Amino acid sequence: MRFALDAEQRAFGRVLDRMLSAAGTPAAVRAWARGEHGPGLALWERVAAAGVFQPAAPEAYGGAGLLPVELSVAFVELGRHGVPGPLVETVAALVLLGRLAGAGEAAPAEEWGPRACAGRARLTLAAAGGPYALDADVADAVFVVDGPQGAAGGAGRHTLRLAPGHGPVQPSLDPARRLARPHGDGELLATGPAVRDAAAHAAEWAALATAAQALGVGHALLDRTVAYARRRTQFGAAIGSFQAVKHRLADTLVDLEFARPLLLGAAVALAGDDPGTSAAVAAAKAAACDAAYAAARTALQVHGAIGYTAEYDLSLWIGKARALRSAWGTPRECRAKALGLYDGL
Amino acid sequence: MDLGFTAVERSLRAEARAWLAAHVPPEPLASLETEAGFAQHRAWERTLHEGRWSVVSWPREYGGRGCSLLEWLVFEEEYHAAGAPARVSQNGVHLLAPTLFAHGTDEQRARVLPAMAGGGTVWAQAWSEPEAGSDLASLRSVAVRTEGGWLLSGHKAWSSRAAFADRAFGLFRSHPGADRPHHGLTYAMFPLDADGVTVRPVGRLDGKPAFAELLLDDVFVPDEDIIGEPGRGWRVAMSTAGAERGVTLRSPGRFTAAARRLVTLWRAAGEPLDGALGDRVADAVIRARAYQLHGYAQASRPGPADPAGAESSLTKVFWSELDLALHETALDLLGPRGELADTAGEAPAGGGWADGWTFALAGPVYAGTNEIQRDVIGERLLGLPKGRRG
Ligand SMILES: Cc1cc2nc3c(=O)[nH]c(=O)nc-3n(C[C@H](O)[C@H](O)[C@H](O)COP(=O)(O)OP(=O)(O)OC[C@H]3O[C@@H](n4cnc5c(N)ncnc54)[C@H](O)[C@@H]3O)c2cc1C
Repeated sequence: MRFALDAEQRAFGRVLDRMLSAAGTPAAVRAWARGEHGPGLALWERVAAAGVFQPAAPEAYGGAGLLPVELSVAFVELGRHGVPGPLVETVAALVLLGRLAGAGEAAPAEEWGPRACAGRARLTLAAAGGPYALDADVADAVFVVDGPQGAAGGAGRHTLRLAPGHGPVQPSLDPARRLARPHGDGELLATGPAVRDAAAHAAEWAALATAAQALGVGHALLDRTVAYARRRTQFGAAIGSFQAVKHRLADTLVDLEFARPLLLGAAVALAGDDPGTSAAVAAAKAAACDAAYAAARTALQVHGAIGYTAEYDLSLWIGKARALRSAWGTPRECRAKALGLYDGL
Repeated sequence: MDLGFTAVERSLRAEARAWLAAHVPPEPLASLETEAGFAQHRAWERTLHEGRWSVVSWPREYGGRGCSLLEWLVFEEEYHAAGAPARVSQNGVHLLAPTLFAHGTDEQRARVLPAMAGGGTVWAQAWSEPEAGSDLASLRSVAVRTEGGWLLSGHKAWSSRAAFADRAFGLFRSHPGADRPHHGLTYAMFPLDADGVTVRPVGRLDGKPAFAELLLDDVFVPDEDIIGEPGRGWRVAMSTAGAERGVTLRSPGRFTAAARRLVTLWRAAGEPLDGALGDRVADAVIRARAYQLHGYAQASRPGPADPAGAESSLTKVFWSELDLALHETALDLLGPRGELADTAGEAPAGGGWADGWTFALAGPVYAGTNEIQRDVIGERLLGLPKGRRG
């Protein structure tokens, strides 16, 4: 056993962090929220070039092989910097197509895998995660999985299709997340139980990436709030010296620090295709999203009114912390699955 | 990253499991907070020691197996899964022993550790005083220099199991002129049956009588029972405190075993995961797993196994609240039977929830209150300014 990131994995995170710190990400997020995608798309190409999508696809389709630990490392950084776009959905689509290819249906993976991994195509997906596709208006492909609810399936048939377009873009609590319902019909890409299995597997990856993103969001909120609490003075003292403030921040750190091993444990389970993967991923998502949301509440409280203003960058992460809770598995669904954590162990 | 166990770890697990299956008493022992239970638990320590399972992480020369932190975690998982008794020697094994390994002399280790390993000497921690709890450095008990040693006097409070223990370790003010409260302290070991020691039992919340206060009146301690340099005891004490808060005092295996029992209880109730209670069951299980994985992460870190730094404060806050969450949730789940003491005729089978809850209640108080830990986290890990305290 060695439950620790290796030097290369840590370096991957550091490189992304440094690149995104220098890239003026908040301005790109704000533009994205207004529907001006230029700066965000430029950022997309850079993160893709740094390799954030490659851990989600087999080498044959432009990826680096399936590496959920590396993916988690990358998505923590994407969350920390609030990078906008259908990042998780591109991962989910890549995993889905790769899995289908493994089941004999290779054409869609051949078409989209290399382009998406290289950052030349953005994919989005409406599936078990809900009726909406994230950022369909900037996606080059809007995939839709239709079929009976739940991985266990039912009598009905599962299909994967490429939607011909989408309905109006709807705002989310996170202004930088833009949701749309895909149109019906479109090209039918695959059908049958292989679609069901691939979609269920893709949903695990999406939940893992969302958990990682949430953890990064939580750390961004905490870091900014700690910096503010050291700077801001009231009653002649830095507000961070008041215990009511200090203890809330300490609790935020505790929550985040104990969500991290769950995230990495889930990534390891996913890598090994362990029987307990689903529970492990669900536990990680519940814990990371809870921690991030609690961090958002604390961040807002400690900042006072300035934290409530849209012009202050903190708002970029507050809305995201809320939105990620319900994306790719609600808290209730995650808890129900997590009850099985010790079943397979 | 790898969560798989090596052949060595797996075989340790199998060996421990087989030994525990053959030796764990079929009926739970009486509470170790009572005189009869204390004696039974002392006998269990002897049995554990005969199997060489009482101090697995110690070097072989002192009766251990030289286990790594990870191997210790594995052993503890098996220990608690087997429902083995609580450890009456925990203050010695988890607090004094690491202190002696870090600051003691070879002579002290050779003299103290073997008897501790076999349950022959059970140790109590004599730190707190009536006026010095969280603010430990304000302690007033004194050590006065005398021929060949020191004379200890003062009043120690809240000493767990001291009513029945053999010896104690604690801090004393030895250099009254020191410029700061943390200076001029000396760390001493002393017998609880020595001349000048009065042990006064204090009932715990549940009335059990093993808790005690200690009144010391010129208790002689020879030089060889001082740990570290006289006057520099604070540094020694802080290494004990790190051990007290970190993963080694409250092993993850203890909580994963409780989490499994909680899920069993929940499933036996036949309820679907719905409503607030269901969320609490799931959360407790999730957090038990988080703590287990946190332990593996600690064990995978290069360098000293369990750094006695501020990070142990994160661990302390987490395990103490997890312990409460597990037990409170179980009691709520039991409904009307949730108020039955474990000794009640109709107490839930495979119970232990009532005693466990009583024990868990103290977690946020002892080993440095959670408020103090949050100060440490805020100031030393987050870099927030110190408040008015101290
Ligand atoms: C079951 C149990 C077993 C124990 N076993 C032992 C033992 O074996 N040996 C031993 O030496 N001691 C033992 N103790 C004592 C324990 O270490 C002390 O209770 C603890 O250090 C707190 O001290 P206190 O009880 O004097 O509380 P106080 O220090 O008086 O604190 C009371 C309350 O005030 C809060 N408070 C105090 N200072 C601050 C601050 N600066 N900021 C915010 N809040 C603050 C505390 O957090 C607490 O909530 C045990 C206690 C319990 C409950």
